Formats: sequence, structure tokens, C-alpha cells
Amino acid sequence: MSGTETQSAPAAAPAAPHPWRGQGPAVAVVAAGGAIGACARYGMGLLWPTAHGAFPWTTLVINVVGCAVIGAFLVTVTEGFTAHPLLRPFFGTGVLGGFTTFSTYAVDAQKLVASGHPGTALAYLAGTLTAALLAVWAAARLTRRLLLARRRA
Amino acid sequence: MNWLLVVAGAVLGAPLRFLTDRAVQSRHTTGFPWGTFVINVAGCLILGTLTGAAAPPHLQLLLGTGLCGALTTYSTFSYETLRLAEDGAGLLALANTAGSVFAGLGAAWTGVALGQALWG
Repeated sequence: MSGTETQSAPAAAPAAPHPWRGQGPAVAVVAAGGAIGACARYGMGLLWPTAHGAFPWTTLVINVVGCAVIGAFLVTVTEGFTAHPLLRPFFGTGVLGGFTTFSTYAVDAQKLVASGHPGTALAYLAGTLTAALLAVWAAARLTRRLLLARRRA
Repeated sequence: MNWLLVVAGAVLGAPLRFLTDRAVQSRHTTGFPWGTFVINVAGCLILGTLTGAAAPPHLQLLLGTGLCGALTTYSTFSYETLRLAEDGAGLLALANTAGSVFAGLGAAWTGVALGQALWG
């Protein structure tokens, strides 16, 4: 141990800044993005409503498309380009977060079971999960390839 | 009017997710995405309660489609799962997937029962 270290008082670890500190602009763009995403989801629900007891295709498509887009977007802004610091909270957290929904996914399944369609509920739960995870993986992989090809070109 | 209710709910729900995620993630050092997990499960409980309580259409739009829809997220859930798998934490990725789905369903069912018992 060096002299300077023994002499210095046991310094208290510097208090980490509050996680919300300085997040005003991010909160504002997340709110704006969330409103856009939620309106897109609501609009799609009006265009393609799901009949009572039917397979919730609209929510499945919304969630799978949102997962594909976030895979491509986040790989692009973290590995491809230096984006404006507010682009990720606006589009990733706000628009795509407001567009996709986990609560409707779970409650849709509950409604299907409660209305006597447990098979449809199971197919919906497994189908959404599989398609969403495949979509985010495939989109991220494809985007990495495109970024690599662009760098080589 | 309906669109305004959705927008009003969403401008609360999306920042609530953002701030809750930051607060939760700053409180632990594990690689597990507890922030999104907690938010998604909480959103399932709220939407389940609204459904069980047979809330009137304007409340469904404000708190269901707007607030819970913007609060919870499938895209961040799937991206965080992918990141865990890519970082070699396959077991955590599996735990996040199974945990989110089962806890989310449990919360949805609990919410419906709660809503029916209290207001149904």
C-alpha cells in the first residue's frame, strides 16, 4: 500500500447521481414517441379488429413487427452509426415501446381461456413468443451483415 | 376524443416505463433486465384488473390501450433477451423469457380476479 493511500481518509464512495437526474429531455421524447407508437397500435386495432374468441392476429403482428424493427434499429445505432443521443429514447423506448405491448398479450390469452378457447390461447402465447424472438434475432443479424458489407464497400 | 384518451394514457405510460427502468436498473448489478420484467408484470396486473372490473370504454382506452399499452413492451423484452443470449447468458435469457411469460400471465389472471372481486 502506498503512503498516499494510508494517509488519505477512508473516502466514502461518491454518491451515484440519481438515475432520473438530467433526464428531462429524454422523458419528453419518450412521451412523444410513446404517443405515436400507441396511436399506431390503436389505429391498427380499429382497422383490423379481433372478433371475440378469435386469434388476436393484429396484436401478434404489432408485437412481431415491433421486435424486428427494434433489432434492426438498436444494432444500427449501437454498432453502425453515431446517432443523436435522443434518437434511441425517442424511437426505441418511446415509439417501439408504445407500439408493442406485453399487457395486451397476457390479457388476450386470459380472455381466450375464459371464453373457452384454451387451444387458441396457447397457440397465441407460443406463436407470438417464437415469432417475436425470431424476428429480433433475424433483424439484428441481417442488420449486422448489411453494416459489415457497407464498411467493406 | 378516443384518440386523445389513448394519447393521454401513452404520454404517462411510456415515461413511467423509462423512469422505472432506470430506477430499477440502478439498484442492482446483475445482467438480468429486472426493470422491463417488473414493468411488464405490473402492466399485466393493471390491465387484468381493468378487464375484470369491466371498466367503461373511456377508461379502457385511457388506462388500457394508452397507459398499459405504452407502459409494457414486447420489443424491449425481446431485445434484452437477445442481448442476454448473445452475451453468453443463455440461462438468463431463458429465465427472462419463461419468467416474463409466466409472471405476466399470473399477474393478468390475478388482476382479472381482483377486478371482478372489487368492482365486477
